[in-house]
Amino acid sequence: MRSIHVSAITDAVKKLCMEANYDLEPDVLRAFDRALGTERSPAGRQVLQILKDNAELARAKKIPYCQDTGFVVCFAEIGQDVHVEGGLLADAINGGIRAGYTEGYLRASIVRSPFDRVNTADNTPGVIHTELTAGATLRIQIMAKGGGCENRSKYKMLTPAEGIEGVKAWVLECIKTAGPDACPPLIAGVGIGGTFEKAALLSKKALFRELGSPNPDPAADALEKELLERANRLGIGPQGYGGDTTALGIHILTYPCHITSLPVAVTIECHAHRHKEAVL
Amino acid sequence: MIKTAADGIKEVTPPLSDADVESLTAGDRVRITGTLYTARDAAHGRLSPLVEGGKPLPIDVKGQIIYYTGPSPARPGDVVGSVGPTTGGRMDKFTPGLLALGLKGTIGKGGRSQPVKDALARHKGVYFGAIGGAGAVLSRFVKKLEVVAYEDLGTEAIRRLEVEGFPAIVINDCHGGDLYQDGVRQYARD
Repeated sequence: MRSIHVSAITDAVKKLCMEANYDLEPDVLRAFDRALGTERSPAGRQVLQILKDNAELARAKKIPYCQDTGFVVCFAEIGQDVHVEGGLLADAINGGIRAGYTEGYLRASIVRSPFDRVNTADNTPGVIHTELTAGATLRIQIMAKGGGCENRSKYKMLTPAEGIEGVKAWVLECIKTAGPDACPPLIAGVGIGGTFEKAALLSKKALFRELGSPNPDPAADALEKELLERANRLGIGPQGYGGDTTALGIHILTYPCHITSLPVAVTIECHAHRHKEAVL
Repeated sequence: MIKTAADGIKEVTPPLSDADVESLTAGDRVRITGTLYTARDAAHGRLSPLVEGGKPLPIDVKGQIIYYTGPSPARPGDVVGSVGPTTGGRMDKFTPGLLALGLKGTIGKGGRSQPVKDALARHKGVYFGAIGGAGAVLSRFVKKLEVVAYEDLGTEAIRRLEVEGFPAIVINDCHGGDLYQDGVRQYARD
């Protein structure tokens, strides 16, 4: 059994929240460069170049890449041989969010209730998913998830008869309807299988894979490549001004499902794809 | 006032007249200099009953431009933090009423509803797009910032910004033009 004190967790989350918002991950920057090599639209190329400049300025001045500094979605993988000491894991994570957002000049975007909509003023709470794993480490992944693109995320229960063609049509429909609203070029996280909530969770988790990396499942990888190619034929382009770069990636995770079901959840993520991780 | 600069970009200075708005076409690149008012979901929620009841608003929207944004806090010594546009469609419900009061422009990102497009034609209004997610770059064009109403709303308060050369593009003009539709028509390959 290994002990990890809550203060170490709070410190790690604080740092991840700040860095995620100031330093766009290299996988996203590489995706912009790949897109600049293929984009035909002059307006689209200009947008991609401005996004690169924006990332550079945000990093240099430590100001957020986007003013929507997001809802913090945290996946915590806790080794079964870890003992969290000194308090609750969720409190430690929320403490890190609070410190990161208030000390880091990041926007408070969370309201305490969907009804009275009073801002909590420190961007807490986050959405925290915990999973038990083997070993004695704690892996914390965080995403600062933008609201505009999240609003375009969708879910559909397909029938087994609709099959893989039904899945393709639905994912492309989601990207098409997200259109310019979701700040393209976008990334689609796709969860296929499981139950209602499992597919939705997978669609978020899928976004953490490095952009441009192959899916370890060959069937899912082929599907991702076909969907990305087709998404980029829709013509929406960077910011929706028309062009060839509508999506930077389609990431799929699957799970076994019931004989009656083919659930498909699509999380839409914008180009401000702020994700970071730490292992304690 | 609108003038075309030597580089072909239209220099937009509010307040705008009907003729100014009529001179803009979907796809035109513009630089805006002067006053912008920020307002997003919560501020529009408070303005709405005033508009419907014919009561005075905390800002005079006549000839003005509303920027849909909720900036991040400024670091000490900075005017503003990150300040990019939010999705305009969420304000669709409120926009026709404000255009009827003389509002001339809005800045956001993402598509607008048909009733908004109809109201742009009827009242001579324009919808500009700024680059969503480029809030750090856009902050450089903001020279002054002042909260003018609803301070309790935090980032959603109404702010008066003084901008210089703020870059945007015409998405929806008052003649029915729509850059998003034109863009897809030009580049779709299926």
